[in-house]
Parts: sequence; C-alpha cells; structure tokens
Amino acid sequence: MARALINVPPKAKVGDIIEIKTLVSHPMETGYRVGLGGEILPRNIIQTFTCAYNGEEIYRAEFSPAVAANPYLAFHTLAMETGTLEFRWTGDNDFLLVETASITVE
Amino acid sequence: MSQTPTNLTRRAALTGAAATGAGLLVLRSVAPASATPEAMRAVMRTIVGDAPLRKGRVQLDLPPLVENGNTVPMTVTVDSPMTARDHVTAIHVLNEKNPQPYVVSVHMNHRAGAPHFSTRIKLGDTQRVIAIARMSDGSFWSGEQDVIVTIAACLENF
Repeated sequence: MARALINVPPKAKVGDIIEIKTLVSHPMETGYRVGLGGEILPRNIIQTFTCAYNGEEIYRAEFSPAVAANPYLAFHTLAMETGTLEFRWTGDNDFLLVETASITVE
Repeated sequence: MSQTPTNLTRRAALTGAAATGAGLLVLRSVAPASATPEAMRAVMRTIVGDAPLRKGRVQLDLPPLVENGNTVPMTVTVDSPMTARDHVTAIHVLNEKNPQPYVVSVHMNHRAGAPHFSTRIKLGDTQRVIAIARMSDGSFWSGEQDVIVTIAACLENF
C-alpha cells in the first residue's frame, strides 16, 4: 500500500560522505483536524524511521504530527563498506514499511 | 519631462517609507513571540535537563514567509567536525504554536559524516521554530528561525 522512494548513490569511495534521500507515501494525519461530519479525524502518523547499514543502526528519526504528509528525510552517512542499507518506518495502526538499497564501496 | 525624476524619487521615497512601516509592524507583531510558550519550554527542559543551552552552532533554514503551512521545507545544519570524539548525537526541532511542541528529532553518531538533514514540516501559525543539537560532550546548542505563515496547517482540509 504504502510506497517509498529511496535515493542512495550506487557507488562510492571509502570514507565518502553520501547523501541519502527518502520519501514515503503516508497521510500523516495529525489527530487535530475535524472531518466533514464534525468528528475529530484519528491520529495516523509515522512515529519512527531508522536506517541500518549492514545491520548497524546509523540514523534514527522520531516524527511528530508536525511532519508534513508523505515524510521526506534527507541525511548523510559515511560510505564504509559494500553492503545494504535497510530503511524501516513504523507508526500508528501497526504501520510498518521496510525497504533496502545496496551500495558498492570501493 | 523634468518632473519625471522628481516624481520617481517621491514615489520611491513613499514606497520606501511604507516598506519601513510594514517592516516595523512585522517586527512588532513577531516580538512578543519571544516569550516562549509554556509547553515548548517544558519540552526544552526535558531535553536539556540542567545543562546550559547555548545559542549558536545550529543553523535552522526555513523560509521566513510561508504561504502554505502544510508543507514547509526545513534544513538543519550543525557546526561540528563529526569525528569519533566530537560529533552531534541528536538534533531536536521544536515549535511554539502548533497543537503540540515536537516537530522532529533525529539521532546519529559520527558515522553520519555531515551533521545536516532536510525534511518538510507543518506549521499551524506564525511562530518561532527552534532546533537544539546535543553534542557528544554533552553540551547543547540551539538555533532558531521566525516564520510567518499565511495559510496555516491543521485548520483547513485540503
């Protein structure tokens, strides 16, 4: 259902600082808005995002309702070794999305 | 013909005066917001604890005037060498006037390479946004930015 776009450079040199861009499709309903019938729309947000590089967590973000819909996050990391990056988003209503990207470091 | 330059300067002088007036008005309307609302101050206390919160080293980039508060691009940059001994461990972004004070918190270590991230946030009102960075030596630094919002998030249904 939910989809994510991830931009990781496919190749890098050891020690390079690489930029990772992530965009995930999610409404990020705040829980403060009122629907057409006057009822409060229940909160439905992504709460945490983690990025693991070959199994080691290198980046973690905690989102609040003040993050815009379809959360975008761009950050940096050091290219250390060839391997995979695992991106994991978790949130309300048992939301879970896991995506991976591979990088070649030479 | 000889009147044109005088007219122009007069017009320029008038618009200049009007702009200065508007600038003063904006300054006046933004100034009271420096009294940080209670909820945000409480959150700052839980983040910082008893440590002193110093200004500087954190640059918060937000557009000063936002037409649509539902999607506001934000970039936070911290001045840090990002070595194993001296790096940023966390950056917290807080707001004054949204329904709740948290915006986003990120946690990293020296493997982040560059203490810099971008995202998009919602702003419910004209307000001040503050970023607090925690360094590996336990010190806290902050940067802030005032944002004027013309269409607020949260209130409208799009």
